[in-house]
Amino acid sequence: MSALGTLGAGTTGGADTKVTEPKRRGRWVPYALLAPGLLWLVVFFAIPMVVQGSTSLQTGNLTKGYDLTWHWATYWDALDQYYPQFLRSFGYAAAATVMCLVIGYPLAYAIAFKAGKWRGMWLVLVIAPFFTSFLVRTLAWKTILADNGIVVDVLNKLHFTNVTAFLGLTQDDRVLATPLAVICGLTYNFLPFMVLPLYACLERIDPRLHEAAGDLYASPRTTFAKVTFPLSLPGVVSGTLLTFIPASGDYVNAQWLGSPDTGMAGNVIQTQFLRVLDYPTAAALSFILMLLIVLMVTAYIRKAGTEDLV
Amino acid sequence: MTEQQRAGASGDVSLAGLSKHYGDFTAVRPMDLTIPAGSFFALLGASGCGKTTTLRMIAGLEQPSTGSVSIGDRDVTGLPPYKRPVNTVFQNYALFPHLSVADNVGFGLRRRGVKDTRKQVQDMLDLVELGHLAKRKPTQLSGGQQQRVAVARALINTPQVLLLDEPLGALDLKLRRQMQLELKRIQTDVGITFVHVTHDQEEAMTMADTIAVMNGGRIEQLGSPVELYEAPRTTFVANFLGQSNLVEAKVTGRADGDLLLDAQGNRLALPAARSAADGDHLVMGIRPEKITITYAADAKIADNRNRLDGGVIVDAAFIGVSTQYVVRMPWGQEFTVFEQNMERDPRLVPGATVILHWNPTHGFGLESGDLTAGIAEASEDAA
Amino acid sequence: MAVVNWLRRNVIVLFGLLALGYMTLPNIVVLMFSFNDPNGRFNYTWNGFTLDAWEQPCGVAGICDSVAVSMKIAVLSTLVATALGTAIAFALGRYRFRARGAINTLLFLPMSMPEVVMGASLGTLFLNMRINTGFVTILIAHIMFCLSFVVVAVKARVLGMDPKLEEAAQDLYASPTQVFLRVTLPLAAPGIGAGAMLAFALSFDDFVITNFTSGNTVTFPMFVYGAAQRGTPPQINVIGSAMFVIAVLIVMIGQIRASRRAKQRA
Repeated sequence: MSALGTLGAGTTGGADTKVTEPKRRGRWVPYALLAPGLLWLVVFFAIPMVVQGSTSLQTGNLTKGYDLTWHWATYWDALDQYYPQFLRSFGYAAAATVMCLVIGYPLAYAIAFKAGKWRGMWLVLVIAPFFTSFLVRTLAWKTILADNGIVVDVLNKLHFTNVTAFLGLTQDDRVLATPLAVICGLTYNFLPFMVLPLYACLERIDPRLHEAAGDLYASPRTTFAKVTFPLSLPGVVSGTLLTFIPASGDYVNAQWLGSPDTGMAGNVIQTQFLRVLDYPTAAALSFILMLLIVLMVTAYIRKAGTEDLV
Repeated sequence: MTEQQRAGASGDVSLAGLSKHYGDFTAVRPMDLTIPAGSFFALLGASGCGKTTTLRMIAGLEQPSTGSVSIGDRDVTGLPPYKRPVNTVFQNYALFPHLSVADNVGFGLRRRGVKDTRKQVQDMLDLVELGHLAKRKPTQLSGGQQQRVAVARALINTPQVLLLDEPLGALDLKLRRQMQLELKRIQTDVGITFVHVTHDQEEAMTMADTIAVMNGGRIEQLGSPVELYEAPRTTFVANFLGQSNLVEAKVTGRADGDLLLDAQGNRLALPAARSAADGDHLVMGIRPEKITITYAADAKIADNRNRLDGGVIVDAAFIGVSTQYVVRMPWGQEFTVFEQNMERDPRLVPGATVILHWNPTHGFGLESGDLTAGIAEASEDAA
Repeated sequence: MAVVNWLRRNVIVLFGLLALGYMTLPNIVVLMFSFNDPNGRFNYTWNGFTLDAWEQPCGVAGICDSVAVSMKIAVLSTLVATALGTAIAFALGRYRFRARGAINTLLFLPMSMPEVVMGASLGTLFLNMRINTGFVTILIAHIMFCLSFVVVAVKARVLGMDPKLEEAAQDLYASPTQVFLRVTLPLAAPGIGAGAMLAFALSFDDFVITNFTSGNTVTFPMFVYGAAQRGTPPQINVIGSAMFVIAVLIVMIGQIRASRRAKQRA
């Protein structure tokens, strides 16, 4: 493989320079190491973004071809027509992110501080579901949330569905094909992305800090509020980002667990690109989604004030 | 025949005009130094004095900015580390965590193409009394055992020079003492030149034949431990190596090879040969254990001794073998005095007025300078 | 009272177990319904027990071919992404160079971009370049989005490696090539291994980007997506469950071996 060849050549080549020219040894080595991978990202990540930006401003059709006409109207039309999907995208993603935090934090906390010798086992159980394709697992939710399944029966008996119906999340005593199902699916799909960074962050906290806080008259609740939680904030920030971003672009959950009324931005992009074949509109929608996410994430990071995320 | 054997029997390490700077920062000022073959040589100094950089330039891990490094009669300046007849015992050992103890020790031999290393490795491990742990991984060993593996891994290659970078820094005090003697014994046995970098003056004095005290990228003084201790030539060395009482003095005359001094109004004598200073002003130094402390009221002191009157004890600490007094002199300076606990005078308690006196030949003279140079650096050791 | 106290002390553990249940429930359902004998084309409601699907996992047209395609793509993209990503990680962890900030951003963006955006933009590129989408374009896309994850995994390891170890190897007569092969690579291996496993998992499971770059090539996720519209045979559950069981077994064997090794040491 050419990539492996480059890696090997980079290292040995650097060494030869070291012997003959000690002062300037291997200055080019890092560039040789970086070049192939970065070139790949430039060609297949950065350039496609530019091409997409250009496509979004083109007019024409499949048979005649497209011309760059700086047709900004595509954006206004797309926004005008599909703003509900964008609102839903960010609304569902935000709800799922909050749910992930509520469910994921205690789980990560339990693994980090309470699991003891079972810690490895808990972690395996968090990661293991990943090994089954997420599409197959999402299909399973169709079974779990089926209209006359146990789950929905219990929820109906508890009048939970009445509450959610009041909130506009469910309809007619059913869960499938409602916003609630989509949010549950999103929460389920991205929960590990919340739990793992949280765990990584909590695990690094020295348990002696808890003892020190207790020694200094902090109740367990104060200890959590004043010591543990602030120290876990970097994990909370990366966890929420890792959940929110992919969730807001997802379209499988909305398509399978929702109804046409729960479509998200991803669904529209996919439909425009693969079904309607209206590439400028698909490109414009995708660009809008990207832009909105970048704006939200930047504002969030500014506010949360976190360092290097890579 | 390997390259290092061809280099000749002489293992002198010669540094000529060797210096190193990183951008604007000068780590080592141009330095000329010859380390004789077979000696145990210590580079002693506080952190940041350039001792480790000097060592790394000898090892080839750092390229000098100017100057050259020769081993025997061979210039090795341009050679990469793996072509130099030199091995290093690294600070914190740098044992390969993915290899067993035996594989760590045999690493160098195998890189040089030795086919069957098992016998040699086993012999070497037996020498450092670790034969039974050959199959362990380094992380499964104690600090002292790791240290011995690091020494074995370097020595098995019979280098012309063994470099030791703070090799005992990670050990506790008791183990450190034990390893100091053991390293000294190994050096005497194998006769290889050892260059030892340390910030611990006691360690350097226990082990080395010759010590170079480094400060600010320069060698302050070079000599045997006794020379450095008894006749320091700079205030830094006087304070960094052991403790000294230093006082500014003016030369008022000469008689019988002695300099006659006036220190804060006291007349003192100092053998001219023991002064490193030429001018009219110098710094007179005396080690704390060379001073005798006497209760002032009934003092009978021989005329040929230097004496300072009017000191008041401000602190007396009993340390078992000795008592350490802090005495405030009339001009405000504080002197330290160590007195052996043989016949303790019960009147020597804080508040007592005393006379300090000593044999003039125990004093030393230094160029005027910062009286406190080296004190902060020496107390850094505790860390 | 004792019960209340016990509950109060263990409320977090109980909550954690509930969360774990939520996370594993779908896998249990998938496994259960792999034994279902569905009434009709869709396998959503329980109809009766059968081993049919397990006896004939390839009994549905195209399903095993799609698994083979996914395997091939996952293996190839893992190899390339790991090689490229490891090189970048070493450069980031060990060298000084210009434009570090811009390079970090370029590496961070693919991880922080919704897949649908990357899929649509790559699809647009291929469309504009008149490149027919298929096996090769899927491979290109997978390498692209796996790369950054490999970099993160390997870089963490490289930063944790003591550069003194490589100096020690040089000091012990190892040439730069030998240093790399005997010390650097073995020490970085756990990070590279983790990065490769992550890349394999991401590639094998990817649907969204693949959907935009696959043309007529059908990977396993593409097969499942298509099946969700035409009818879901229990064989899907068989393959999903088998992968789950194999992966868990591999992890458990690894854990047992590690703990046994730890015991031997003690």
